[in-house]
Amino acid sequence: MKLFSFEVPEPTEALPSIKSRYGILQWISSTDHKQLGILYLWVSLFFFLIGGFEAMLMRLQLAWPGLQIVSPQTFNELFTMHGTTMVFLVLMPTLIGLATYFLPLMIGANEMAFPRLNAMSLWMTLFGGLLLNFSFLAGGAPDAGWFSYAPLSEKNYSFSSGLDYYSIGLIVTGIGSIGAGLNFVITTLTMRIKGMRLRKVPLFVWMVFINSFLILAAFPLLNAGLVMLLIDRQLGSHFFLPNTGGSALLWQHFFWAFGHPEVYILALPGFGIISEVIPVFSRKNIFGYTTLAATTVFIALLSFGVWAHHMFVAGLGNPINTFFAAGSMLIGIPTGIKIVNWMATMWKGNIYFSTSMLFAVAFILDFTLGGLSGIAVAIVPLDWRVTDTYFVVAHIHYVFLGGTLFTIFAGIYYWFPKISGRMLNERLGKWHFWLFLLGFNMTFFLQHLLGFMGMPRRVFSYPDLPYYGILNLISSIGAVFMLIAVVIFIYNIFKSLRSGELAGNNPWNAWTLEWYTTSPPQLKNFETLPEVTSLRPVIDWEKQKVAQKS
Amino acid sequence: MKIVFRQTKLLMQLFIASESLFFVALIIAYVYFRNFSDTWEASTNYLNVKRTAIFSIFLFSSSGTITIAKYALEKNKRKLLIFSLILTILLGATFVFGQVTEYMDLYNQEVTINQNIFGSAFFTLTGFHGFHVFLGLIILTIYLILTLLDVFRQRDPSSAFLAAEWYWHFVDVVWVFVFFIVYLMPLL
Repeated sequence: MKLFSFEVPEPTEALPSIKSRYGILQWISSTDHKQLGILYLWVSLFFFLIGGFEAMLMRLQLAWPGLQIVSPQTFNELFTMHGTTMVFLVLMPTLIGLATYFLPLMIGANEMAFPRLNAMSLWMTLFGGLLLNFSFLAGGAPDAGWFSYAPLSEKNYSFSSGLDYYSIGLIVTGIGSIGAGLNFVITTLTMRIKGMRLRKVPLFVWMVFINSFLILAAFPLLNAGLVMLLIDRQLGSHFFLPNTGGSALLWQHFFWAFGHPEVYILALPGFGIISEVIPVFSRKNIFGYTTLAATTVFIALLSFGVWAHHMFVAGLGNPINTFFAAGSMLIGIPTGIKIVNWMATMWKGNIYFSTSMLFAVAFILDFTLGGLSGIAVAIVPLDWRVTDTYFVVAHIHYVFLGGTLFTIFAGIYYWFPKISGRMLNERLGKWHFWLFLLGFNMTFFLQHLLGFMGMPRRVFSYPDLPYYGILNLISSIGAVFMLIAVVIFIYNIFKSLRSGELAGNNPWNAWTLEWYTTSPPQLKNFETLPEVTSLRPVIDWEKQKVAQKS
Repeated sequence: MKIVFRQTKLLMQLFIASESLFFVALIIAYVYFRNFSDTWEASTNYLNVKRTAIFSIFLFSSSGTITIAKYALEKNKRKLLIFSLILTILLGATFVFGQVTEYMDLYNQEVTINQNIFGSAFFTLTGFHGFHVFLGLIILTIYLILTLLDVFRQRDPSSAFLAAEWYWHFVDVVWVFVFFIVYLMPLL
């Protein structure tokens, strides 16, 4: 593989297997997509612990009316950093990491198109995240919410340097994500194995491919907004300051013109994982490959026409509100079609409930709930009623946890054997699943009710109104269940890495190309591959082998 | 077509498309503020359109000289390549010089980034464009040095040149829009 005609440095040692020892220098200098994918996953896990700790502190503070465990200012910093960390430093890097590892494998390539760009993307993501979290040590974390509405995020309302770190950190990770997006598109377009036409790639590849266009189109808008915010704060300009000729509304437009595609950036690769997991564990072909692929494109296009539904209370006027309400409801259609596709794939299938499959099924249920509450808040008058209440908190967590995080868990249980060569312990996995499912629904389902009862979000404490205390307490207990589940999950990872059952090449009898090579793959993923003729190449080739023998 | 060349081509197309949106956002901000404040008037009061137009011609003509460089590269004319690259860099540098002196003039008239919304939007938009031109100059200089060192004798230069060339055209085209919107539209 050559880039700009110079030799690309490729790691010369064998890939991480659990037994061999690795120099840290080799990891740092690596341009191998598999090592970078693994690094992405570790980075996400690291930030997941930080973001989770912030969430637990918040639930502790909210467990009972009138508690004083953290100060109001700390609470502001906690919910801001929790949201920002989880969106930009956990969910995105995990999805990008899984794609970095598996996209080249699934299309039968040995490397990404631009290995060094790939390494740059990873390190930008990590250092952006470290910068953001450094704000804790530098006088205070950002405290204006993860979307940092101006003028609250401006210097005269937010004195600490937290929001400066927020701007710079997110610009840095954003550039990393753009690099990853470029790499995915070009790898998919130019490095597929013979016979794999673009319209016959695995759905995970397809969805990452479409998703990358969203990244490329959305992140520049965020970066432009962040640059203006930073110049406002550092050089005293007036972009988002209404009293000196600027416009606070402009920030909202920039942020959500990025922010809503971002929601789909977090959802689409997850849809891809589900579209791989469900057919394998139902022993059936995916139902409606073309529909799933096409609806992905619709979602991607529509996602740029819905951003103002975050701004129904900003006073944009009825015509604009109506337009964006209609757009938001329209986007429910392609998503709903996908749900039907996945269910139809399972219909009359020979379903095997591995932990991965359990998470996939739970995803369908909980993501549908999140989708329904999403359609609900697309109705303008209802949104006016529940905006900025716990209803919105419940909705976003049903989409990001019940949606994206469940798909990530499904993907990790599914692909861990390929990455490490060892199976994750299924018994611990089931504990993880059931505790997390219970805890998640306990924590967030009740928040729908709290929202309807009018409890505002982002307030550090609340009075002892009827039902407020008990509902919040149950919610906090649910969070503890999730904490225990995550501890089990992490224990499972470390235990299985050391002494898990050996996986072999293809433990799930799956049929996409990554299962054709060894677990973990060698530095060179494949030496040679037979021609790909269908969506299930590995099964085709096994059949051919059997036919040749007889 | 060699795969590396094809990949570089795609990379530049997508990168330019993505980076354009960054400028679209900055331009939207600039135009948007017209509704709330006197950015349009300030533009006609403070900006010296003729002077900037002359410096713009330097930038626009550098797009021509880099096309000559492309021709020289294809025909393997080393001297012409080096000459046209140096010319491109000089033309680009002249533009940046013009921008710096323009900023100094404005500073003397007490138009600064923190003085009013016109200053904020103007300096951010033109500043980011100037920054991109400056990056382009660095890229072209690196390419020139590599050519002078004969690094490309054994290696295929076409991908590297393509990247530099398209990037340069990109900053040029952005300036067409910026110049039209910031300098000319208030006069219409």
